[in-house]
Amino acid sequence: MNWISIWAIYRFEMSRTFRTIAQSVVSPVISTALYFVVFGSAIGSRIESVEGIGYGAFIVPGLIMLTVLQQAVSNASFGIYFPKFIGTIYELLTAPMSFLEVVAGYVGAAATKAVMIALIILLTASFFVDLRIAHPVWMVAFLLLTAVSFSLLGFIIGIWARNFEQLQLVPLLMITPLVFLGGAFYSSTMLPPFWAAVTRFNPVLYLISGFRWSFYDMAEVPVAISLLAIGVFLAACLGIVWWIFRTGWRIRQ
Amino acid sequence: MSPIVSVENLSKSYASGTVALANVSLDIEAGEILALLGPNGAGKTTLISIICGLVMPTSGRVIVGGHDTVKDYRAARSLIGLVPQEISIEVFETVMNSVRFTRGLFGKRPDDAYLEQVLQSLSLWDKRDARNMELSGGMKRRVLIAKALSHGPRILFLDEPTAGVDVNLRRDMWQLVRRLRDDGVTIILTTHYIEEAEEMADRIGVIDKGRVMLVEDKERLMRQLGRKQLRMELQEPLAAVPDSVTGRGLSLAEEGRVLIYDYDTQAERTGITRLIADLAQAGVSVRDLDSRQSSLEDVFLSLVEERGS
Repeated sequence: MNWISIWAIYRFEMSRTFRTIAQSVVSPVISTALYFVVFGSAIGSRIESVEGIGYGAFIVPGLIMLTVLQQAVSNASFGIYFPKFIGTIYELLTAPMSFLEVVAGYVGAAATKAVMIALIILLTASFFVDLRIAHPVWMVAFLLLTAVSFSLLGFIIGIWARNFEQLQLVPLLMITPLVFLGGAFYSSTMLPPFWAAVTRFNPVLYLISGFRWSFYDMAEVPVAISLLAIGVFLAACLGIVWWIFRTGWRIRQ
Repeated sequence: MSPIVSVENLSKSYASGTVALANVSLDIEAGEILALLGPNGAGKTTLISIICGLVMPTSGRVIVGGHDTVKDYRAARSLIGLVPQEISIEVFETVMNSVRFTRGLFGKRPDDAYLEQVLQSLSLWDKRDARNMELSGGMKRRVLIAKALSHGPRILFLDEPTAGVDVNLRRDMWQLVRRLRDDGVTIILTTHYIEEAEEMADRIGVIDKGRVMLVEDKERLMRQLGRKQLRMELQEPLAAVPDSVTGRGLSLAEEGRVLIYDYDTQAERTGITRLIADLAQAGVSVRDLDSRQSSLEDVFLSLVEERGS
C-alpha cells in the first residue's frame, strides 16, 4: 500500500472540509436542530413515547443515520466528481497509485467527515433529549460501517455522474425517501400490516433498526440481520468499485 | 545505452471506430528534447496520454526506464511528470498546497525545501500563498509545470506548452526547458508551432493521422530535407521559362517578374553558375538575387503533402 499517496488525498479532502467549515458542519447541525424542533417538540409533544422511549430520544438514531447517509454520499461523490469536472483527475490517473488507493483516500475522507458530523449531532441532541447508549461499541461499529459503505456508494455515483444534476439525483431521489420511509421518525409497528410488510424491502430500515438497537436495546428486525444487510451492501459497493477498477469505466478511455 | 522511453507497436482505436494511433514505434533517449510535431488531431496527445497512463492502448506496449507502463505502472509512472494541454487546476487551493498535493500523490515524502527550489525556478515563490484562481493564465501554466516537477521526475511531458501563451512567456518557457535538460531531465513536448520545434528540439518526430512519419535529428533533418531557393528578380517580366533552361526546377512567380530556382544544398553542384550563364545567353537579365534556406515548416508541409497524396 502506498500510504503517502492515500494520505495526500485524505489530507487534501479534509482541508477542503475545513475550508468550507460553515457549509460542511454548521448546516447539517442547523437542519438537525430544526428536525428536533419540528418533530421532537411540536409533534413529539403529542406522542408520548414509542415502545417506551420518549419520542425526541427515539428519533435521534434515525436523524443521525439520515445525516450520515446524506453526508457520506454527497462528500464522496463530490470529492471524485469535482476533479473529473475541472480536469485535475489527470493527476490521479498518472500518479503511481492503484485505483483502490485512490478510493481509500476519497472514501476515508468522506466517511471521516460523515462520522464527525454524526458525533456533533449526537452532542447537539444530548442538549435536547435524554440520551442513553446501551451498546457503545456496536454504536460506533454501525456508524463506521454505514459511513464507509455509503461513501463507497457516493464514490461510485461521482464516477458515474456526467453532470451536476446527476450528482444530486441519487441523494435527492433515493437516500432521503428511503430514510424517511425506513423508520427514522416512527416505528414500523405503528404502520398498518400491509405497509409494515412493504417497509421490510427498504434496506435503510435495517440500518436504522440496528443503529437504534445500539442506543435503546430495541430493534424492529434482529441485529444479526441488520449487520448482514450492511455487510451485503458494503460487499456490493466494493464489487462495483473493483469492476470500475478492472474496466476503467468512465475514467480511462 | 537503452532508450529511456520505448514505444513498441502502439495502436489505439476508440469505440467510435476512430483510429488515433496506428502501430507507432518510437525510442526516446535519456537527456534529449524531443519535439512531436503534427497538425491538430494527429495523435500527439493520445500518444502522450498512453505513455502517462491516462489512456489504455488497444495493442502494443510502452517501456519507461525499463518498466512496462501497464504491468509495472508504479515504477514507470514515478519517473514521469506531465504538463497537460488544458489548464486544469484546483482553483480554490494555494499554489504551495497544490504542489505539495502532487508530490504526495507521487508517493514522495514532504520536502518543502525542494519545492521552494522548484517554485523559485518558475518565479512562483512570491505567489506560493496565492490561490490558483487569482493567478493569470501564464502563471497557472507555470503552476502546472511546478506540479509536474514536484516529485523530481526524470522525464517531463509538455503537451502544447506554449499554446495561447504570449511571446515573453514562451521565451521563458524555452529557457526553462533548456535548464531542465541541462539538469538531466528528458523532455518530450508536443507542438504545432514549427518555430518551437526548430528552436528547442534535439530531435523531431512528425506525426500525422496516427502514424509517426519520421523521427530525425533536427540538424540532419534540416540538412537532408532542407532545400534552398534562389529568387531572381528580373529586369523584364517573362511569359514563360526560356526553353534553354527548362527542366531544372525553375518556376515563375509574381506575374513573371521573379524567377525561382529550387536546389539541393547537399548536391555536389548546385548548378547556379551554369544557370546564370544560360540565362544571360537567353537574353534574360537579372536585377537582384536573394537566396533562402527552407524552414522546418516547408519541410513539414512537403512531408505531409507527399505522404498524404
